[in-house]
Amino acid sequence: MADQHAIPTNIHPSRFAQNPLQRFLMATELDTRLLGMIGALAIIWIGFNIFSGGLFLTPRNLWNLSVQTASVAVMVTGMVLVIVTRNIDLSVGSILGVVGMVMGVMQTDILPSQLGLGLGHPMIWVLSLAAGLVVGVGIGALQGTIIAYLRVPAFIVTLGGYLVWRGAAWWVTMGRTVAPMDPTFQLMGGGPAGSVGSLWSWIVAVIACAAILIGLYWGRRQRRRFNFPLRPIWAEIALAIIGCGLVIGAVLVANAYPWPVRIAARYAEANGIPVPESGLFISHGIAIPVLIALGVGVVMTFIATRTRFGRYVFAMGGNPEAAELAGINTRWVTVKIFMLMGALCAIAAAISSARLNAATNALGTLDELYVIAAAVIGGTSLAGGVGTIAGALLGALVMQSLQSGMVLMGLDSPLQSIVVGAVLVFAVWLDTLYRRNKH
Amino acid sequence: MLDTRTPLVEMNDISIAFGGIRAVDRASIDLFPGEVVGLLGHNGAGKSTLIKILSGAYKRDAGSIRINGEDATINNPRDAKAYGIETIYQQLAVADNVDAAANLFLGREITTAIGTLDDAAMESKAREVMGRLNPNFRRFKEPVKALSGGQRQSVAIARAILFNARILIMDEPTAALGPQETAQVGELIKQLKSDGIGIFLISHDIHDVFDLADRVVVMKNGQVVGSARTEDVTKDEVLGMIILGKVPPGATPGPGAQTGLV
Ligand SMILES: Nc1ncnc2c1ncn2[C@@H]1O[C@H](COP(=O)(O)OP(=O)(O)OP(=O)(O)O)[C@@H](O)[C@H]1O
Ligand SMILES: [Mg+2]
Repeated sequence: MADQHAIPTNIHPSRFAQNPLQRFLMATELDTRLLGMIGALAIIWIGFNIFSGGLFLTPRNLWNLSVQTASVAVMVTGMVLVIVTRNIDLSVGSILGVVGMVMGVMQTDILPSQLGLGLGHPMIWVLSLAAGLVVGVGIGALQGTIIAYLRVPAFIVTLGGYLVWRGAAWWVTMGRTVAPMDPTFQLMGGGPAGSVGSLWSWIVAVIACAAILIGLYWGRRQRRRFNFPLRPIWAEIALAIIGCGLVIGAVLVANAYPWPVRIAARYAEANGIPVPESGLFISHGIAIPVLIALGVGVVMTFIATRTRFGRYVFAMGGNPEAAELAGINTRWVTVKIFMLMGALCAIAAAISSARLNAATNALGTLDELYVIAAAVIGGTSLAGGVGTIAGALLGALVMQSLQSGMVLMGLDSPLQSIVVGAVLVFAVWLDTLYRRNKH
Repeated sequence: MLDTRTPLVEMNDISIAFGGIRAVDRASIDLFPGEVVGLLGHNGAGKSTLIKILSGAYKRDAGSIRINGEDATINNPRDAKAYGIETIYQQLAVADNVDAAANLFLGREITTAIGTLDDAAMESKAREVMGRLNPNFRRFKEPVKALSGGQRQSVAIARAILFNARILIMDEPTAALGPQETAQVGELIKQLKSDGIGIFLISHDIHDVFDLADRVVVMKNGQVVGSARTEDVTKDEVLGMIILGKVPPGATPGPGAQTGLV
């Protein structure tokens, strides 16, 4: 206590750091856990790059990696909230399956034939997606209500849901695969057409950088308004450079991956563009599913950290009884969490089925395990109360990097499972160590 | 002696049982504006359970609650808060993994014009209130889990006084506090009392409450032994009520009074 008296409250603690690294971390207020994960990701990437003979860190592979991560990334943002409140959702893969089927049938049968819109009608993708969202939210509401009001443990309810919704997915078409999807709907799955191209990627980059700068400025203004300690100016600048640098780097990579030669040639022919000697270079740019996942990440971070709902989620996770006594309607919050999870499953179902250009029975099989693993690797504590959206997104990227890296190296799939399982346990053990050291 | 004003709180013939245990058995208790009522009794007497019925944490099996003379429906903590009832629970009931400001405003967050959390405003207000209560408190950024028992207690107290309570329930509010902070809570109680707030002050230790309370009510085995104005009885007599259930001449006996010994 005595030393605390000497410190005026509005001096930033980084003034008292002992070494430059500590000073940098304290001044920028970066989350060391998140930095650790980025470090782990870097090691995985570089390792795979070496062992695959330079195939991993190519624009093509990184772009594919981003698209492959999108579906799990969307769902993991909801799983964080579920796990933070000491619940679990084992049914997300099956929900994805049934919602994918519903959306498939909507766009191939119900809307074009039975409602007579005709194939390729511009409204088909919106209406299909909306139907999927309704089904997803409805399933979430049902499961959430049973968990919150009937007090059946989430583990059991969603284990039941795992079987029920997988069965329901089969029921929609009696097991028949639905294909092909609506051309506009397909854009949600990526591919050359489902990417925004170089110009729009740069526009996204500019918006993202502007958001970073405005966020830093706004944070500083708020602190000054209430006379809280300010980060040193150099730290703010460092944060701005790091943030914008990452954004620009990602866009450079996405833009460095060209359309396949044949597709580019066909496109040139169709639009009367002369093909130069060296071949036509058309950038993919950021894929639409990746933009969707990033958008979901931003929205979910906002919900988790800036809204009352998010605050209640974390308060409930730390101490459900205290939250109830504080006057929070914890049951209704629980239902809302599962509804949100259902909506995210629907978005993920759109991405997955669009990417596959088909809705199948097996869509989303095992996804629940990848989603839960990604959340946990990303620092979400199964004991409740702790977790971040950004961490979980990184966790999803780590999982997917491992998998596609092993595919690239030609590892057999049983071996892949063994590695992923071992890494999961190892990562959580590391996390336990980290938390124990911190407290 | 008779108070002609309307009581702020009247709990009549309240009973609740957990399994076979009659934790509270036909207990009646009342509270007037600007009054401090000390609720005393040995461990397990039913004090916390009785007031948890008032704060909405438990649902009573029988009995009625009137607030300001009108029948009150209290089915959950939100209902109680709507009546201006604020509670400092014995087990503190703080949300461990969010910081002090988030705890203070839990369920009643300050929001910005567009409905998002205004954390800066909440932290600023939290600093102000905590500064009054526990000037040594500095750890605003930490989750409450990382705080000492006394610091957590300060957070719980600050939360209860932040929102213009009319009825304040303090269940062993100073159990974890040092002498300086305990004295501060004593001062706080006097100040709240002069603002017209009614306070239930609960303790199993008579010395904590005797000097602050206007009236004491003693419970034993879930029943009310008796009640007395502090000026009409001595500490030893109250001790006799707590330990033996013996009601002295200056006190009004309740259902739990040990009649054979009077
Ligand atoms: N949730 C519960 N479930 C079962 N029994 C309970 C519960 N809460 C309290 N009891 C029982 O009710 C009785 C009264 O408990 P209560 O907590 O009200 O005592 P108290 O007077 O506050 O004691 P203390 O001074 O130790 O805080 C005890 O016998 C206790 O075991
Ligand atoms: Mg008690």
